[in-house]
Amino acid sequence: MAARMIPGQTAEIAGPKKAFVIPKPEVAASLIKRAKRPLLVVGSKAVETQTMDGDLIDTAIRLHNTGRLQVVATAHIVGEFMKRGAEGIHSMQMMNLGDRLRDPDWRGLDGEGAYDLVAFAGTLYYLEWLVESGLKSFAQDLTTISLSRSYQPNANWSLGTMKADKWKEVIDVIVKSITEDN
Amino acid sequence: MSKKDLKLKIDEFSSAVGSFKGVEIEIGRIYDDSWEEPMGPTPFPSVGTLRNWDRKLLDRYKPFYMPFCDLCCLCTFGKCDLTGDKRGACGITMAAQQSRIVLLACCIGASTHCAHARHMLDHLMEEFGREAPIEVALNTNVEAPNIRLVCGIKPNTLRDLEDALDYVETQLVQLVAAAHTGQEGDNIDFESKAFHAGMLDHVAMEVADIEQITTLGMPKGIPDAPMTELGFGCIDPNKAVIMCIGHNVLPSVDIIDYLMENDLFGEVEIGGLCCTAHDNSRYNTRAKVIGPISWQLRYLRSGIPDLIVVDEQCIRTDILIEAKKLGVPVIATSEKSMLGLPNRTHDPPDNIVADLVEGKAPGALIIEPKKVGEVAVKTVLGVAPTRKDYKPLSGDDIQEMAEHCRNCEECVRACPNNLPIMEAVQQAAEGNFELLGDIYPACVGCGRCESACPENMPLITFFNKGAEERIANEKFPMRVGRGAVQDVEIREVGRGIVFGEIPGVVALVGCANYPKGGIDVAKIAEEFLNRRFIVVATGCAAMDLAMIRDEEGQNLYERYPGDFDAGGLINIGSCVSNAHITGAAIKIANIFAKRPLRANYEEIADYVYNRVGAVGVAWGAMSQKAASIASGCWRLGIPVVVGPHGAKYRRNLLGRKEKDEDWMTYDARTGEEVYTGPVPEHLFYAAETAEEAIVMIAKLVMRPNDTTKGRAVKLSHYIDLHKKYYGTMPDDLQYFVRREADIPFTMKNEILEYLKEKGWVEDKIAIPDPTLLDRMVRRRE
Repeated sequence: MAARMIPGQTAEIAGPKKAFVIPKPEVAASLIKRAKRPLLVVGSKAVETQTMDGDLIDTAIRLHNTGRLQVVATAHIVGEFMKRGAEGIHSMQMMNLGDRLRDPDWRGLDGEGAYDLVAFAGTLYYLEWLVESGLKSFAQDLTTISLSRSYQPNANWSLGTMKADKWKEVIDVIVKSITEDN
Repeated sequence: MSKKDLKLKIDEFSSAVGSFKGVEIEIGRIYDDSWEEPMGPTPFPSVGTLRNWDRKLLDRYKPFYMPFCDLCCLCTFGKCDLTGDKRGACGITMAAQQSRIVLLACCIGASTHCAHARHMLDHLMEEFGREAPIEVALNTNVEAPNIRLVCGIKPNTLRDLEDALDYVETQLVQLVAAAHTGQEGDNIDFESKAFHAGMLDHVAMEVADIEQITTLGMPKGIPDAPMTELGFGCIDPNKAVIMCIGHNVLPSVDIIDYLMENDLFGEVEIGGLCCTAHDNSRYNTRAKVIGPISWQLRYLRSGIPDLIVVDEQCIRTDILIEAKKLGVPVIATSEKSMLGLPNRTHDPPDNIVADLVEGKAPGALIIEPKKVGEVAVKTVLGVAPTRKDYKPLSGDDIQEMAEHCRNCEECVRACPNNLPIMEAVQQAAEGNFELLGDIYPACVGCGRCESACPENMPLITFFNKGAEERIANEKFPMRVGRGAVQDVEIREVGRGIVFGEIPGVVALVGCANYPKGGIDVAKIAEEFLNRRFIVVATGCAAMDLAMIRDEEGQNLYERYPGDFDAGGLINIGSCVSNAHITGAAIKIANIFAKRPLRANYEEIADYVYNRVGAVGVAWGAMSQKAASIASGCWRLGIPVVVGPHGAKYRRNLLGRKEKDEDWMTYDARTGEEVYTGPVPEHLFYAAETAEEAIVMIAKLVMRPNDTTKGRAVKLSHYIDLHKKYYGTMPDDLQYFVRREADIPFTMKNEILEYLKEKGWVEDKIAIPDPTLLDRMVRRRE
């Protein structure tokens, strides 16, 4: 996978602990599939982020429909999911979510227990960078994965920086890999 | 006022005891306590005095840290990796380090306003006399609510303001000292100190604005303050153009005076950027407001200015380099920002003018404002004719340069908002400038893209070219900053605000580091004005909200009155005018509720927190000053919402609405601790989008003291806005509906059904006489 370990914003470099670059999409899919309580965080840029499915909202709905992970829409974008007929999508603002994810006693959006893996996609680059930084230091038992098109150094695992077309292919492989086993 | 100097000098004195010659007796301060209100419990509070109050707030609103850097690099032990549960060589944790940086940011911010106030005060006392009486606003007795509240003094003259500044300076030294290696180690104590810095900042800002309102004839709290013009289009490029940048109005005042005295406004335009522009227009409406801080580079690149005058704060530090590119001299006027220029303060004005006009010197440092006035005007009149042939880059030039784009995407990665700059440049290479024009309104004007470009393309100039037509039409009316809210206005609206019938006060303040351009500020303002909130604005935000027009071509300043009342849009003024916003909240507690004001910080803050539905919004917060302004609001119990870039302040202060135990409040009538629900839910909150911010603001105006009618009004806006922007009902109404009567009448059935599903129990949420202070309990049962 032709991906580079350079951050999406030039100066947003991390400290000594940096994300592992996900070497191939199947690894990301495998991490998600192996998690007991995975959560996909879909940010406010999802509508303008094109994927093989249309946009990232469509892709998130496809993943949601597998029932293998919960999906939470940040900012105000849960309405986009509803417009497209998706049910059961959670809504929580990024700050509220980050604050709860660092709390080991939080029972999750469905009240069923803490998440062990959180994947981020469609976010504002720097906002995800910051929230993952908070989780890196204050939620050390939580695994974070960035599915962003640009390398996110504060996640545990991140896709590398890549061109838009390549990223679409990678995301499609990840989604297929998760859905096919369903 | 409270303190005066006394100096007694006796040249020769003979008595039975003996003869004395040259006797001098000097008494620094005599306490002249003519203010009838008894002294409250916390005059001139020291760093730890209000710690218990801060901890009450910070217990509810725990910091969620988002480290901007995993290292500490402040001492030679370092760099120390603080990631996770590691500690630095001095023992510091990541949490403490983040709050330490917050404290330093707040100290820088507060120091900046304090230094600004001190510089102006020294100058104005020299010009107008130390005993010049202060005059802040019409129909107003409480002239300085922050100073009265914090210091416990009632200033009457300019000299009296010195006492407040002396106090602020002394405290800031203590706070900065606490950040030294091996001092404070507890993150919450660092946070408390940051609150202290914020409180000090509001005192300093109040001093600064009182000084200039008093002596420079700025509007004294008048709702119908005059209109001025704002935008590129308001400057006549056929005149010689002086561009003033910064926050300290003194040099600009003397430029304006010189133009007036010599009848030169027909030949010279004076335009300002950032808060100097606000204050210029408060001084004289013939001074134009070019725009907010983010427009510095783009306005320079227009090639229009013939002279740049900088004072202090928020100036581009590369201004001299930019000016050289234009062939325009720079006059620096502050010791805080000397830019490496030679000090010409004591040179004859005509010598300086000759050097600048002939290009023998790129600029001059002139500390004396009067001399700046004369030199600036004479210089611009000399320079402008030499620049008549100046032409900015043409479309052909830009197309040719764009063809050299290496497709490296470094511009996009350097951009704070990842704008599609590379794509726009590639289109420009094909002769299509449309996307460049689309970038213009979203660009924050930082110029990082240019710095990153390996081909050194002047990309800000490219954006200007793309938006050429738009720029020419950028001309908007703006009501000039009116300064303080009058006491009489507080009496009129106090009840409506405290009982919730006026749904809230939204204060749009701060800088212009927006995620999607200044248009969002205008949208936020319009949404709440339409709903008859009181909207107040300062600084860059007050400019940016002027920039949308309705179908009839009117902007918000034309459509909404300047009264501090429901549906009013009030331009309070520049950055330092922010003190009038907290001042208004303080005055509600004092004038409407008759709470003692003098040195009574905790009680007033407790009142504001529990009763005054005010929310600060700094959508483009960028600076350390914005951090300290916000911090002063937090200590006073006013929540603040920032844009997504505001998360870079390293932490939010967030409540957890589902934790009932966090929301216990005393009922002052009985002493009983009761559950009042999560209001306000957060103290410092970064929203990802403007839509999210709007809904959050509507939620954060709720207070435990709301009457049922008031809560119903607030809930109706919250629900309506949530439906509008999220497309759904809120999923947390059970935390905010206290009893059936709180439910907005038109939504009753829908909401009752929802509440039933959530297992809502009526009266679980109490409506007490709310206080967080044990000592405010009147009677225990």
